Amino acid sequence: MSATGTYNKLVPEPTPHSAPYWEGLNRRKLLLQKCCGCGRIRHYPQPMCPSCHSTEVEWVEASGRGVIHSWTITHHAFHPGVRDDLPYTLATVDLDEGVRMLAQLRAVPAEKLRIGLPVRVDYETVKDGLTLPYLVPGEPA
Amino acid sequence: MSLREKGAITGVGETAYSRESGRSVLSLQLEASLKAIEDAGLKPADIDGVIPYSGVVAEDFITNLGLPDLRFSAVTPLGGASCVAAVQCAVAAIAAGICNHVLIPVGRNGASGGRIGMRVQQMPQFRLVGEFEMPLGAIAPAQLYAPMARRHMELYGTTSRQLGEIAVSTRANAMLNGNAVMTKPMSIEDHQASRMISDPFRLFDCSLESDGSCAIVVSGAERARDLRKPPVMVMGIAEGHPDSPSVITQRPDMTRLGIAKAAPRAFEMAGVKHDDIDVAEIYDCFTYIVMCQLEDLGFCKKGEGGPFVESGAIRLGGKLPVNTHGGLLSQAHMVGMNHIAELVRQLRGEAGKAQVRDAEIGLVTGYGDMGDGSVAIMRRG
Repeated sequence: MSATGTYNKLVPEPTPHSAPYWEGLNRRKLLLQKCCGCGRIRHYPQPMCPSCHSTEVEWVEASGRGVIHSWTITHHAFHPGVRDDLPYTLATVDLDEGVRMLAQLRAVPAEKLRIGLPVRVDYETVKDGLTLPYLVPGEPA
Repeated sequence: MSLREKGAITGVGETAYSRESGRSVLSLQLEASLKAIEDAGLKPADIDGVIPYSGVVAEDFITNLGLPDLRFSAVTPLGGASCVAAVQCAVAAIAAGICNHVLIPVGRNGASGGRIGMRVQQMPQFRLVGEFEMPLGAIAPAQLYAPMARRHMELYGTTSRQLGEIAVSTRANAMLNGNAVMTKPMSIEDHQASRMISDPFRLFDCSLESDGSCAIVVSGAERARDLRKPPVMVMGIAEGHPDSPSVITQRPDMTRLGIAKAAPRAFEMAGVKHDDIDVAEIYDCFTYIVMCQLEDLGFCKKGEGGPFVESGAIRLGGKLPVNTHGGLLSQAHMVGMNHIAELVRQLRGEAGKAQVRDAEIGLVTGYGDMGDGSVAIMRRG
């Protein structure tokens, strides 16, 4: 995938609450919100801590390591922009930090997929100002 | 105060279901509404409450039906759980003395208008998914829900053939219904041969997208007894929201839906047990969602949904006949209002070839968005 040419996939519209997350990806870092009130890490970015209701956050860098929680392999293009990617695997991952993420998983054949499979995050710049995470096989913890 | 026996479904109305209505959504809803009002033995002017579904507003019904004094309107935005949740809202408004007869219409050009993959991008309840998952290629409900089914399969050994049994059973029921979009028989082999959409969901695990409308009238229990048809009394009703309601990815237990919280409330309110339920109309946007709800409702234990459906339990003549009208999978996708209409017909003894003999108590559910749930238990009045 190149960083040039016409990008015809859905793009995110960052909010004031999520902008640091997207800026972090542009620097190839996976940033998570950590509550300044109680220390709870949460994802996806949101304005309030559901535990202590603080709105103050610091952004901490995640290890980028985790294990597969579940997955799906998509064979149908629900958007014209993903037609050339079919089939692709979307993995739900338990990150070491205790929250989950979802991203495309590459280089793992369907028969190797299992709950608990170690994966790690990598990054690709898909267009100017937009870097997305994806997953590749990781080392066992 | 409990809502037990405070309200009843007194009228149901449906248009023809199709893939291309050639009409406006409002005109479809007005037709179904008039039919429901007539079925109840009421006149349009008797309607004093309305709970519209998306795209149409209360004013449209005042204007077109000529409602002289609408005293209650609300919306229940729970996706596919909206219709049963709207019944709860209607019964609550009636029990509070605000109004007497609430019209609840649903209608859509779901096949000929905008399709689901494009539609959900506009919905506020999909905002987090829209920002954090759709750009990565997780766009449509089939993809967002599939990881729930996959995890269930990995944890409990659930198989695609077991999911297929739900599709096959539902199709067999649709073939008994004169107003179903899908009319060809389906075998397990047909299900297994249908193309993969988002693993483990094959085409025949996915609901239809349909044009049409279905409407109901909810009335106060006392007034309901004097109307044209035997009332179908609401014994117990509840809605429930799952943990992490906006994103399935972050849900602590991905195999537990919002209905798991609502079901004990509805059963307690109704004062009945699972064995008392003669027929169940279970929201079926995907085959797996039926299986998961059967577990969350308590008809079988978590993880045992596969063997439960495989035993033939949900077939007509089985222990718990499910989706006797053909459901969203094979009749039409009317957001589950067609499930309520079918339960009413079953409890009135009007279900024709799909009639469950001596059906006295039944259950209907809704499932919406990222796992919102609603459930009603009703009885023949």
